[in-house]
Amino acid sequence: MKKNEVPQDNSNLSKSNVKELCYAVDENGNYTTELSSGWEPKSIALSNSMDDIQERIEMAKLQYQKGEVSSIAYFMELNRMDVGILSSYVGMWQWRVKRHFKPGVFNKLTDAILLKYARAFEISINELKNFKPD
Amino acid sequence: MNTNFTHHQSAHCENGVASNLLKHNGLNISEPMVFGIGSGLFFIYLPFIKVNHAPAISYRPLPGQIFNRLAKRLGLKIKRQKFSNEASAQVALDENIRRNVPTGLQVGVYNLSYFPDEYRFHFNAHNLVVYGKTATDYLISDPVMETVTTLTHNELNKVRFAKGAFAPKGQMYYPIQVPEHIDFKTAILKGIKSTCRDMLAPMPIVGVNGIKYVAQQIKKWPTKYGTKKANHYLAQMVRMQEEIGTGGGGFRFIYAAFLQEAAAILNNDRLNELSSEMTTIGDLWRDFAVEASRIYKNRSTQSDAYNMVSGQLLNIADREKIFFKKLKKAVS
Repeated sequence: MKKNEVPQDNSNLSKSNVKELCYAVDENGNYTTELSSGWEPKSIALSNSMDDIQERIEMAKLQYQKGEVSSIAYFMELNRMDVGILSSYVGMWQWRVKRHFKPGVFNKLTDAILLKYARAFEISINELKNFKPD
Repeated sequence: MNTNFTHHQSAHCENGVASNLLKHNGLNISEPMVFGIGSGLFFIYLPFIKVNHAPAISYRPLPGQIFNRLAKRLGLKIKRQKFSNEASAQVALDENIRRNVPTGLQVGVYNLSYFPDEYRFHFNAHNLVVYGKTATDYLISDPVMETVTTLTHNELNKVRFAKGAFAPKGQMYYPIQVPEHIDFKTAILKGIKSTCRDMLAPMPIVGVNGIKYVAQQIKKWPTKYGTKKANHYLAQMVRMQEEIGTGGGGFRFIYAAFLQEAAAILNNDRLNELSSEMTTIGDLWRDFAVEASRIYKNRSTQSDAYNMVSGQLLNIADREKIFFKKLKKAVS
């Protein structure tokens, strides 16, 4: 990559005024660094990921409304977690966490267990128990 | 409290922290040098591990390895500590700041409040330096940012104890001994040889073979997983390759910069030629990213397009195989 070819596209980075450092060669073939405000192929990949996350959240919300899953499943997606990450935050096995996705099981959970989830999602037990999607 | 620490922006967090901490300790070493001597160039494809719901692809070794190898090859002593709870982790860090020791930390990215929202994922192998403390904040030098920043005490505790894969467990590290005389030549040769060994490893998922394997798999993705999932996988791969920290082209440009610096130190002109060859290969990786982005941008379904990016990757794998064989020869 040549120094004058370091991409300066608009991106999520440039919106937040963050620039990243790239390595590139100058006109004499010597390596130097140049700041980049963003690169389109990368921005698209990132916005694809964001869309994907949004879709997962919407899907979880819908399933929650239909009574197919507990609010834990929704808040897990909202916090961009998967079962592995969530189980690590609450300190329980993955199969237990997955079991807590079942509304029937969820309704019988003690406050001590609910508190672990509430802490992981940084919400109150009340919000976890009585989640009302808008 | 505030240690007199100088912040330099870098492409990659681990190299940047290493380079900044060593500069502070009187050893002037560039980011590419850290990366090259620490054998940072790598490739591994782990289809059975999922990251962000896509197969894991890494262009770098495990977190901490670059700095550890660098320390070993330069004869530095690095102290590393992990903690079982937040309180003792904070006490140890505060003690370091009081003793005027800027300290490297492994942290999770998700709660770094100064990152744009789009970059907040549960990724736990980020590195930064804490160089001071005020009544409310810690003073932070995050090498991927242009300037220094801050985190509240609570925020820093949270990122130090992020959970999930590579959980940092409050890990902190700092050099405790830097030798007066350093033999850069031997260290560079060791670093290069180890990278050649990794990239030419006779294993299907590592190094050049790993790239080849991904290339063959990509062709099958659309039929095997459907367009949507295949596109998501491809987008994730480009992200790993081009994300903040790689310096572009899956670290190839940083490595080329290292080879150029090494050529001057070793008086080996062959390394200069290989540096520009690596730059060309880096450009091929960028071309691959451009083509791949066309696929997931248009949400296109033609398997033609997948065959094309697969072909590009196969070409890269072939060229890198030749490249690392030449590099091995140039330093033996």
